This record gives sequence, structure tokens and C-alpha cells, in this order.
Amino acid sequence: MTDSSATPAVRMTGIAKRFAAVQAVAQADLSVQPGEIHALCGENGAGKSTLMKILCGMNGCDDGRIEVHGQDVTGWSTARAIAAGVGMVHQHFMLVPTLTVAENVVLGREPLRHGLLDLEKAVADVEQLCKQTGLSVPARALVAELSVGQAQRVEILKVLHRGARVLLLDEPTAVLSPPEVVELWKVLRTLRGSGTTILLVTHKLDEVMELTDRITVMRQGRTVAVLQTPETTPEILAEAMVGREVDLRVQHAKRAGSRGDVVLQLRDLRVAGRRIAEAIRGISLDVRAGEILGIAGVEGNGQAELLEALTGLRPVLSGEISLNGKNINALTPRARGDAGLSHIPEDRHERGLILEFSVADNLVLGQQHHFGSKGLLDRRAIDAHAQAAIAAWDIRPPDPQAPVRTLSGGNQQKVVIAREMARDFSVLIAAQPTRGVDVGAIEFIHDRLRQARDAGKAVLLVSAELREILTLSDRIAVLYGGQLVAVLPRDACSEAILGGYMTGLGSTTEAA
Amino acid sequence: MSLLHFFGQTLRIATPYLFAAAGGALAERAGVVSLTLEGFMLGGAFGAAIGAWLGGGAWFGILGGLAVGLLLGGLHALGSIRFGADQIVSGVAINLLVVGATRFALQLAFDSSSNSPRIAGFDGFANPLIWAALLLTPLLAVLLNRTRLGLRIRAVGEHPQAAATLGVPVARVQAVAVVISGGLAALGGAYLTLDQHQFTDSMTAGRGFIALAAVIFGRWQPLRAAVACLLFAAAETLQIQLQATQWIAAQFVVMIPYVLTIVAVAGAVTRAKPPAALGRPLAS
Repeated sequence: MTDSSATPAVRMTGIAKRFAAVQAVAQADLSVQPGEIHALCGENGAGKSTLMKILCGMNGCDDGRIEVHGQDVTGWSTARAIAAGVGMVHQHFMLVPTLTVAENVVLGREPLRHGLLDLEKAVADVEQLCKQTGLSVPARALVAELSVGQAQRVEILKVLHRGARVLLLDEPTAVLSPPEVVELWKVLRTLRGSGTTILLVTHKLDEVMELTDRITVMRQGRTVAVLQTPETTPEILAEAMVGREVDLRVQHAKRAGSRGDVVLQLRDLRVAGRRIAEAIRGISLDVRAGEILGIAGVEGNGQAELLEALTGLRPVLSGEISLNGKNINALTPRARGDAGLSHIPEDRHERGLILEFSVADNLVLGQQHHFGSKGLLDRRAIDAHAQAAIAAWDIRPPDPQAPVRTLSGGNQQKVVIAREMARDFSVLIAAQPTRGVDVGAIEFIHDRLRQARDAGKAVLLVSAELREILTLSDRIAVLYGGQLVAVLPRDACSEAILGGYMTGLGSTTEAA
Repeated sequence: MSLLHFFGQTLRIATPYLFAAAGGALAERAGVVSLTLEGFMLGGAFGAAIGAWLGGGAWFGILGGLAVGLLLGGLHALGSIRFGADQIVSGVAINLLVVGATRFALQLAFDSSSNSPRIAGFDGFANPLIWAALLLTPLLAVLLNRTRLGLRIRAVGEHPQAAATLGVPVARVQAVAVVISGGLAALGGAYLTLDQHQFTDSMTAGRGFIALAAVIFGRWQPLRAAVACLLFAAAETLQIQLQATQWIAAQFVVMIPYVLTIVAVAGAVTRAKPPAALGRPLAS
């Protein structure tokens, strides 16, 4: 499939890019042969996405040279990249939800007839393209009505419709369910068969091993290795990514203590959705002291609404939420916190932190009434609290007055978790606790969650990462379409079993 | 009062609203906040007076109003899109600027602090702007839904980053929408001047804001917004005719259109979903 003598489809040499104080990419080289599936691997923050954005013209670069099919295109614009057949499928979809699939696909190069839009031709084009590639999407549907998997197909169609010969995909599987991933692989292989060059950004090793022809590994902004997939192993790859030996086994440390009393109880909970009438449709669940209960599910199946209802950000339609045997339906978020409910929000920028505030102030948010009296804050207590948290959590830089915005993602997340675990809590709701955090911090956060469990706290873990759910949980519940379709002990679970439940197929894929 | 008379008067009162709401819908669908409608209208009203006065005919009034509106639209686009000023601040600034500037120019041109002398205009239904207003709504719907510019306007107002990655020139599309919006709203203002054969200080009296309310009530869709305009105009007609009867105290009757606007918008706002990127320009 790869012909090393041919002109590379993409060649990037000596690329460097700096954002303010951060050197995102330094000395990166990348060479992709025509018609191959090439993976760009690395940890979070290794510079993969930045390199992709430079390649597709969204970002400029400070230094280096980019060639596409032998032509020097350094510093081009997205428009020129598209015209030259280099198209990017973004991690966060670049789709207009209020437009139809066909309108989204043709936007920017719309077919006209008598000066008006020719929407029939747009629909016909999309359907034609669907047939060629095996991607199936309803061309006339509004994008807002599509599933995540379908939306991603629209992204790919969009790029192909512009005649892309080089397809860039940034973390394409992050939002997909297992069967959708299989579907995507099929499509990518078909495209490779028809001569399309595919460059894939991912940090999931199994995907890389299964699909790709060659792999370029990035670490701390540099490209550190180029591997032939058939000649490599996940262990070699992981070592190249992290720079040290890594144990890849899914390790599930059993809880030390025994299961205690029910501390969080949901009874026939119903919650209205952001867009739909009822996003949580009758959930009953007991979470006990001394266990980590993982909630698995494809994003958009009610996780956000469930979390909001539990933490008091969204009223419930009916049903009951009890904390330590007391109904907390009517309590405000602050009262719930005081009653022993801690919450690590799924989006730390939106809900977890005030980025302009200092580390010290962020460490008392929501608990500020415990740090002062008569309406005045006790600065000394706040600073002492911050010093203690910074030491205990190894938050860097160790400066209580630094604005949180200046911290790395991992350290920001530590601030959130340190705050939520500092109070006297009995239930910790951890939503995507390691999203966008580097590998070292992930291990650290996982350890702390286990310690909390072993200390007799209940942890409700909501994560889109199946691996994280399987690593941490003692029991696993699967949320699908606003209902819990399964609640299983950890030992009865595998990715295949959970994948079946997550897509509403029940346990029929158990054999897989 | 005959029903025909009622509908006729409603249509005449609705005309400036229809123009301004059309402009408002266009700009807001492109993601630019339309607080400027009031200023565009007042500018257009004054431009019409100057045009008709200098040109010596009502048609010159239309041209004069249009020219001022396009200019003000360009100014708003320059401030809020090219230079990235907050759209609400820029909008309020333009409204204040126009109030002051027209007063000043009134003094300069006509040596009066309150009104222009009588100028050429159109009498009643001889006013071509009434008929143009009726055509405007379907034309706007076609523009938004069936043309390339319309598709791009809708895309830019909802997800400018997505449009930008496809090579759509986001700033240019928004600027075009805002300039057209200025021209349309100004025609609404020009109608007032030409209908009354005179420009009076601050004669738009909040009509731009009522038009904006109609846009919101109409959920940013041209047809619904037009219906809202007609509704508000009907309330005003009712108010005028009730006042003549003196059945109810005039003070209460005068409130009808404003109360209706508040009620309508308050009821609509919870369900209304504005363009997702309204007021949030694309960071470059």
C-alpha cells in the first residue's frame, strides 16, 4: 500500500508553533505516503491537534515547511487547503445544526440554478457520495436531529465533497459507540482503497494497531518515532508516546473495605432534557458507601441531565433523590454541598472554575461561606486552605495567587478535585474526571478516587471512556436513551458487553 | 368605521415595521444584534427629508433615505465587525449618534429645532413603499432560504467557525447583511417622512425597537416576523380608532400597542431560540 519512492502526499519538516508561553510544537517532521492510513499518536498536549491545524491551514506556523504532493504550501489558508484537496474532520464537529445535511455539505461551494440555490442537486450529490463511500446519512434531515455518529459522517462527506484526496481526522472515535467505530473503520478502508490518503490523530492504541499502515509518534511537541504498524506492538508504541515503560493492562484494584449503607438513592427519577421533553426517563439506583459506581453510555443519552439533576442545577420532573436517607430534591446546589454531595463537573471551564480567579479563590468556590463570618471573607483562612491543597495535590505552579487560567489542564482539574474532596462529603459525583488531562495526572486522580472509596465514600463516576469505567468501577450501570438498561458487577463486564448495552442492542453482542 | 378602513390603516401603519423587521431579521440571522434599527429608521427618515427637499420630488426622498441607511449600516458593520466593537455598544452608540446628528442637521439645513418644512411626499396608498413592504416579506424569505447569500447568512449566524473552515468569508457575509439591514430599516423611516410630508425630531418614536420585538416574536423567520408587525400595527390602529370614540380614557388606550408588545415578547422569549452565534463575533 505504501510506496516509499513516490512523492509523499504530505511532508512537514521542522515545524514549530508557539502559543503565548507554550511551545505547542517544536521540531516536528511528518511524512505521509499517498494512499496510506497514517496515525499521529501521542499523549494529550503532545501537539498532535496543533500539527493538524497547521497542516489544514487553520493555524500558521512559526517555522518549518509544508509540502502537499510535492508543492510548497507553507502558511496557506483553509480555503486554499480545501481547494488543494486537504480536508479536516474536526474533533468538535464544524456543522451548522439548523441547516440540513445537504446544506452543510455544499456550504461554501453551493450549486446554483438560475441564480438560486439548487438544493435538489445538493441532495443528489450527497446521496451519490453516500453510495460511493458506504457512508449513509439522510440528506434532507436537519443536522440537529442526527446522532453523533451520523454527524461525523456528515463531516466526512463535507470534506469528500470538496474533492479531498488527503483526509485528516482528529480523534474521530472520541464520541462514537463501539459499533459506530467499526462502521467508521469500514468506511476509511474503502476510502483508502480508492486512493485517499488518511491521517488520523488518536491516543487510542488499539485503534492504531488495527487500522493503520504507519504511525508517527509525538511527545512534548516533537515527533519522536515513525513505526511500521505490522512490525510494532502496543507496548513499543506506548513507550514511544510516554517516554518510559508503561503497564497497559487494565488493572482493576478491588475495594479494600466492604460495601456500606446506601448513601445516594434515586427513585423513579425523571428529568426534562435540554432539547427533548424527557431526558431521564425513570431511573432508580442505589449507590453505597465504599463503592465506585460507574455510569457508562454514549454521550447524549441523558448523562448531562442526570448530573444536573443530582447536583441541583436542573429541577426534576418527578421522582426522588435522597442523600443519607434525606430527600434533597428541593435543596439548592450549595445546600447539597453542605449536606455532603461533592461534584466534579464534566466541563471544568464551564462549571468547575472561574478562570480569571486565583487558585486560592477557586479552591473555596461554593464553600466560601465556611471561610469567613458576617459576610466578610477570611483571607488568611483561604490562603492557608490553598497552601494545604497545593501541597497535598501537587498543584503547579505552587502559587495560590496565580490565576487558574495560567495553569495546565491537568493542574486546573486538580484544583477542582482538591476543592470538592476538601469538604466533608459522603458522595462524590465525578463527571469525566480525567478529560483532557495527561497520563501522569490521570493515574494520580484515579488513585485519589480509589482512596476516597476506600475511606468509605461513595463515588458516582460518569465517563465517556469505557477504559476508565472498567478500571475504576466496582459496579457499572449503562445509561441508554435516558434509562438504565443494565446494572452489573464489574467482573461481569467487558468492553463488548457494555458496548452492546450502550447502543441499545442489549447483551446480544456478548459473543463478540 | 368600516373593516376596509381598519385594514387599510393597519397596512399603512405596518409598513415601517415591515421594512425594519425585515432588516432586523436579516442582520440577526447573520449573527449581528439589531439594536440599531431605531437609529437606521430615524436616519432614513431624515435622509428622505433631505432627498425630497434637494431633489424636489418624493422619489428622491426614497433614494435619500436609502443612502443614509446604507451608510449607517456600513458604519455599524465597520465598528462591530471590522473593528470588533461589542455589537450592543456599537448599536446604542449609533442610535444616540443619529438622534443628535439629525437634530443638528435639522438646525443646519432647515433652521428649525423641531421639524422640516413641508416636503414632497406620497399621499396615502399612492406611496410605493406600502406595496414594496408587502413584496418584501416573500422576497426576504427567498433570499434567506433559496440563495447562496441566504444560506451563508444562516450558517454564519449559527456557527461561524464551521462556515469559516469551509472558506466562507464570515466577516464579509455579516457586513453585507448589516448594510442591507440598514438600507431596509431606513426605507421604513423614509416612509414616515414621505407619508407625513415632513420630518419631525425623533419621529420614529421607538418603532425600531417594536420592529425588533416583532423579529423576536417571529422567531427570526421573515413570515412570522411580518405577521407580528401586522399584529402590532393592528393594535395601534385599534388604539387610534378607540381614542376617537372616547369610550375609555385615552391614556389607557395609548398603552395598548406597547402592552401588547411586552406581552407578546415576554410570551415568545421563553420559546424563541435566537441564532446560536448572535452577538458573538468570530474570534480571529
